[in-house]
Amino acid sequence: MTRYGLLIDYEFCTGCHTCEMACKQENDFGVGKTGIKVNEIGPMQTGPDKWALDYVPVPTDLCDLCSKRVSEGKKPSCVMHCQAGVMKYAPVNELVKFMELKAKTVIFAPR
Amino acid sequence: MRKTDTHPGEWRWEEDGVTITRTIAWSGPGCHSQCGLLVYSKDNRVLKVEGDPATPYSEGRLCLRCLALPKVVHHPDRLTRPLKRVGQRGEGKWEQITWDEAYGLIIEKTRKIQAQYGPESIAVMMGTGRNIWHIGAKLAYTGFGTPNVCMLFSGLSCYAPRLRVMPITQGFFCVADCSQMFPDRFDNPAWKVPECVLVWGNNPLVSNPDSFMGWWLVECMKRGSKLIVVDPRRTWLATKAETWLQIRPGTDAALALAMINVIIEEGLYDKEFVEKWTFGFDKLRERARQYTPDKVEKITWIPKEKIIEAARFYANSKPAAIQWGVGFEQANSGISSILALQALWGITGNLDVPGGNIINKPTTFREIPPPLWGRQELSSELKKKRIGGKEYPLVPMAQPDILIDAMLTGKPYPIKMAWIQSSNPIACMGADSKKTLQALEAMDFVVVADLFMTPTAMAAADLILPVSSALERDAIRAECYETAWWGPIRTVNKVVQVGECKSDEEIILELGKRLNPEGFPWKNVEEMLDFLLQATGKSFKELREQGAPRYFPFEYRKYEKGLLRADGKPGFETENGKFLLSVPYFEKIGLDGLPYFDEPPESPFSTPELAKEYPLVLTTGARHWGLFSSEQRQIPELREIHPNPITEIHPETAEKYGIKDGDWIWIENMRGKCKQIAKVTASIDKRVVHAQHGWWFPEKPGPAPSLFGVFESNINLLVPYGQQGPSGYCAPYRCGICRIRKVQEE
Ligand code: SF4
Ligand code: SF4
Ligand code: SF4
Repeated sequence: MTRYGLLIDYEFCTGCHTCEMACKQENDFGVGKTGIKVNEIGPMQTGPDKWALDYVPVPTDLCDLCSKRVSEGKKPSCVMHCQAGVMKYAPVNELVKFMELKAKTVIFAPR
Repeated sequence: MRKTDTHPGEWRWEEDGVTITRTIAWSGPGCHSQCGLLVYSKDNRVLKVEGDPATPYSEGRLCLRCLALPKVVHHPDRLTRPLKRVGQRGEGKWEQITWDEAYGLIIEKTRKIQAQYGPESIAVMMGTGRNIWHIGAKLAYTGFGTPNVCMLFSGLSCYAPRLRVMPITQGFFCVADCSQMFPDRFDNPAWKVPECVLVWGNNPLVSNPDSFMGWWLVECMKRGSKLIVVDPRRTWLATKAETWLQIRPGTDAALALAMINVIIEEGLYDKEFVEKWTFGFDKLRERARQYTPDKVEKITWIPKEKIIEAARFYANSKPAAIQWGVGFEQANSGISSILALQALWGITGNLDVPGGNIINKPTTFREIPPPLWGRQELSSELKKKRIGGKEYPLVPMAQPDILIDAMLTGKPYPIKMAWIQSSNPIACMGADSKKTLQALEAMDFVVVADLFMTPTAMAAADLILPVSSALERDAIRAECYETAWWGPIRTVNKVVQVGECKSDEEIILELGKRLNPEGFPWKNVEEMLDFLLQATGKSFKELREQGAPRYFPFEYRKYEKGLLRADGKPGFETENGKFLLSVPYFEKIGLDGLPYFDEPPESPFSTPELAKEYPLVLTTGARHWGLFSSEQRQIPELREIHPNPITEIHPETAEKYGIKDGDWIWIENMRGKCKQIAKVTASIDKRVVHAQHGWWFPEKPGPAPSLFGVFESNINLLVPYGQQGPSGYCAPYRCGICRIRKVQEE
């Protein structure tokens, strides 16, 4: 079986929480549960006049990669609605090709 | 292929027994944007909301607030019937009545107040981000016959100043060009990626302000745009910027003037454009000379090297765009900041060029309908009576600081009735929140129309009208802000009915017909919308049938082509045909025609004695991801992200006051105090704190004195009325002073 994953270009993830809400709506998770959670890293001084502030969403055990939507030919809800357009859903081996070209990326294969 | 991709030419279809409606969230809850929605519904229930891939404005993306819309629409706390107060004001005792009874009560009170005090004693107040502005004005002017319509908002300090100034100085509104005028967006060959975007006074990723989507900027960054960010807080954008200018709140005009100074004195301006198309360059040059980087470093707390670097980088980038926001308008020098920022794109020739600041004038018509619809129907005698009209000729609405005093003192004449639609001024927008409430309490009759029971409705209303959300109404997104809050003209399409709620359009038309039948000749809302759409050549139904929005052709460099002026000549639709760097009309009405800097009325420099007691600069009002102004506090999924109000404090400052991250703290000054949770972060200057705005707690008791805890964490308790700039616009919401201390267990 081909393994699918989520690639996140965290150079441009703005931490907007849209992926969390998209997932909650799709799965009716309500408060306290989510298939993906945004993490804030920083602000941290990395040079004399340079600061880093990054956001990286991480899928949880509740993420099923939107299997129902995907079987209907739709994108996962988080990928579709992502405000900054930084999420991709594809087979992991295809995502790796993108990762070779682009720094500050991460691939999650939740299942 | 996504199923939803297959219906761009439809506005409604069925899939597996579920109805899908194409619409936009315009509006309630509020938002300035117009992302495309596909709403899934069945049996009068909204099942879910998804992005509409066929809307180029949003390309299928949605922010968390629209994704939470079903929770808003079907929330158990929605107002669903008109409510008449039966106990004392604020007691929370209501009786459900019918719409006919509600209209009857309004007519009875209106007639009585009109007869006794004149129609001008009725004030109509509205909020922002709702589709109410054109029809609210119509209700005031044509319905009640009063000249007094406004936002209850010191200095009308949000976008209204820019919307007033831009038509005077350049004829039309202007916006940073992120390809939004083209349906094929970033791929359009006529568009250019801005080499530099100067982001000033807003964090567009969070606020999506004035119908500009923050993510458009991220798409530009992916394509190579570099940023200059002017913001007191080190935001995500600030960390990505080439240059971040950490400005002392309220000093934007000085910074902009220093940048103009550097650009002119170093010869970095566009000489040809300046000569051919602008007016007042020499005067501006002379004024800007007073603002040397040395001097402005002391005013703004920004190192002069950075000011010079930013000025050079902006001027040398071709094209360069400015994405501006409300931050600099919420300062007494706001009008000057507007003039100076416009001058930046004016002297560098970045006006109406691809990737610059573009003039979004529609090709075939001006605004739909004209701003302040119905004003021309007022008698000249009533027009003259507008509150603040004598003091502030630049302000076309009632001037709110003077209105507040009139409500409390009866001078220059009594104000007796308040009509508040889609606004919650004691929680947000209104300055000095307790004074705002006192002014409302002084009214003989107060009507509040909204989606939920707000603190304002609970505290002051005699009658509450339940308003439909965006998914419960037929409307248009065209309006007077078609060019100001740009987006393609389209319809808002009703999906479900909740209780007996009515849209703002329905309420105003039905009431208007009762107040003044000739002034509201339309049988129903659809007929009224058809009337408004006349200039487009399309009816409401025809526009709706188009499905996905259609775009009009867009042209750059319209001033060269004679596409801006009514007479078809090249140039600008201004008093002398030029882009105004200095404004003769301002001089005529007793204002400075050039930008200048005025110190905030309360600051370490203007009130050094007070500042000993209140040593920190207080800035407020940055937006929340999941909350618009005072809204959405009752949506659990959004409160999970924003459980409590936050004040940002620098680690050294926190240590000095014995405050730890997560502590509840008091923020206080001469006017009042409120408590918020400390977030200790190096992202803010040691001398500045930033406190969130709009906070109340629907989970707390409603009846007075609690009023849903609206006076516990409300930062506007510390914000003054009466310190607006000399034009009547722009008040110091974002540049006050305060002290902080830990909340002790009592
Ligand atoms: S792929 Fe689907 S289930 Fe997984 S995080 Fe995204 S929205 Fe949630
Ligand atoms: S929706 Fe996209 S940009 Fe927003 S937090 Fe999630 S991954 Fe980041
Ligand atoms: S910005 Fe967010 S709330 Fe506003 S219309 Fe777009 S998705 Fe909806």
